[in-house]
Amino acid sequence: MVTILLDGIAYGMLLFVLACGLSVTLGLMNFVNLAHGAFAMAGGYTTALLMNRAGVSFFVCLPLSFLVAAALGAVMERTLYRHLYGRPHLDQVLFTIGIVFMAVSATDWAMGSQPQNIRLPDSLRGRVEILGGSIGVYRLFVIVVCGLLTIAIQAILNGTRFGSRLRAAVDDPRVARGLGIPVNTVFALTFAFGSGLAGLGGALGTEVFGMDPTFPVKFMIYFLIVVSVGGTTSITGAFFASLLLGIADVAGKYYVPEIGAFIIYAVMVAVLIVRPQGLFARAGR
Amino acid sequence: MASTTPAKRPDPARLLSAPARWTLPELALWVAAAACFWVFPSKLLLLNEVAILALFALSLDLILGYAGIVSLGHAAFFGVGAYAAGLLAKHGIADPLVGLGVAAAAAGIVGFLSSFLVLRGSDLTRLMVTLGVALLLFELANRLDGITGGADGLQGITMGPLLGLFEFDLYGRTAFVYSTTVLFALFLVARRVVHSPFGLSLRAVKGNLLRARAVGISSSTRSVAIYTLAAVYAGIAGGLTAQTSQFVSLDVFDFHRSADVMLVLVLGGTGYLYGGIIGALIFRLMQDWLAGITPQYWQFWIGLVLVLVVLVGRERIEGLPRGLMGLLRRLTGRPAAEGTRP
Repeated sequence: MVTILLDGIAYGMLLFVLACGLSVTLGLMNFVNLAHGAFAMAGGYTTALLMNRAGVSFFVCLPLSFLVAAALGAVMERTLYRHLYGRPHLDQVLFTIGIVFMAVSATDWAMGSQPQNIRLPDSLRGRVEILGGSIGVYRLFVIVVCGLLTIAIQAILNGTRFGSRLRAAVDDPRVARGLGIPVNTVFALTFAFGSGLAGLGGALGTEVFGMDPTFPVKFMIYFLIVVSVGGTTSITGAFFASLLLGIADVAGKYYVPEIGAFIIYAVMVAVLIVRPQGLFARAGR
Repeated sequence: MASTTPAKRPDPARLLSAPARWTLPELALWVAAAACFWVFPSKLLLLNEVAILALFALSLDLILGYAGIVSLGHAAFFGVGAYAAGLLAKHGIADPLVGLGVAAAAAGIVGFLSSFLVLRGSDLTRLMVTLGVALLLFELANRLDGITGGADGLQGITMGPLLGLFEFDLYGRTAFVYSTTVLFALFLVARRVVHSPFGLSLRAVKGNLLRARAVGISSSTRSVAIYTLAAVYAGIAGGLTAQTSQFVSLDVFDFHRSADVMLVLVLGGTGYLYGGIIGALIFRLMQDWLAGITPQYWQFWIGLVLVLVVLVGRERIEGLPRGLMGLLRRLTGRPAAEGTRP
């Protein structure tokens, strides 16, 4: 029971790190980026390649994955994505699906379609006993890293000058510009940071989800559920939505394996019926 | 507008019904479609697929072009129709038209039920729900492998002759005539629907929800109706696929099918019904050509086309066939229909 709960929390935390960049671009900036998973895949492949081909330590790979995905995000934002802010959602959907298709085929072409495996360092293997349940050391590591990241993201968004600039730029870009806030730079930085987090999530998740070229398509629904179930106003909502989804998914697959795959859709439908605007939506929006 | 006397304001009823008149290019297109039967007798299997894809895109146009609902999972209804028609034929009821009716009904029921979820919330929730419904059905078809054959696909479908007279042949002659006739019939219905007061009110809802509500248009019943109708159309397209190819696999629910049909519609242009037909032709030829060059990675080029379409501007690309139609109209000497796109 506790074991499943802890596994679910690890899974949910990972989903949060993967999706929270999206909850900022999609939720706050109102830009539908279905290609978010492609950045996560970039992170995952960076780690897999560095570890397997160059023998780099896992702990060095994690920040590198963040940097690679963030750099990729920054380049894409500056060259392509920024033209699409303010365009109809249909355009954004078509564009990002195109990016997904290209990323999937290109990865398949360059790396082959087999899943990438990584060998965790010895210090992260084995299990430990907590609260009467047991949990893999790696899951615990994931929970700790993701928990720290969550606190850091919250602190940045709510406590720093950059956070308040971002919120201002999102609420009303024109007025924010008038006040001298470099809106474009703020958006670009946010996008890059979100992509970097996705890359880090992908790197951490390689061991948990497995990483193959279809990753962006497979996890698109998870990201969408996290963002829309969580509501589009804060990342707190996305955090609780991720946890709910993670625990429900793991518990469902463990207790009722026959219908386990349907649990996430059940969660999606249930939340929609009870709270169509998401769990933590501001009233009247 | 210039043709009416300047002193008098144009009669609104006439202005609204003007696009409903048949024009020469429209007739020419259907004559050309029929002529394909004699002109390309060796390409009928491909043209049959084009007709089915056109019907599928037409069904997406009903919700995307006329109701503004962006769907990531339109393949859900296509798949339900395909499995319904396939299962029926496999279990003894081999009449194609009965199968098509059942496919339509099954997809309609699923569409009606899911429309209530789709109508909740914003664009974002719609993306999630439409994608979720398609994935859910995919998973369902995968799990119920006793009925659907699971990953191996539904095999052993044998179709009876059409109307008891025409057997389905290897060259796709019957299949092409069958699919094109169904497409034409359903197109007529769709044309009638979108030019009816109901269709006009849909456009009002799409254009400005607040104002539409203010003049007393109930948006939700209309959205449910058009979503269900689109699901029926997609189901029939799926049924046609199952009957003419005599095989159904899990692929019918796949995400790329939903994405492809969006590309088809965007290539042809949304919101004037012919987009699906023109887009299907372009898409299928392009796919054939790309698959010839890179059999394994043609999806990359489809992705590139999507990206380019958006960067160049959907309006410009949509304007192309529309402009062509307008040019034809001018050449044929008829006055341009007023307000083709109100």
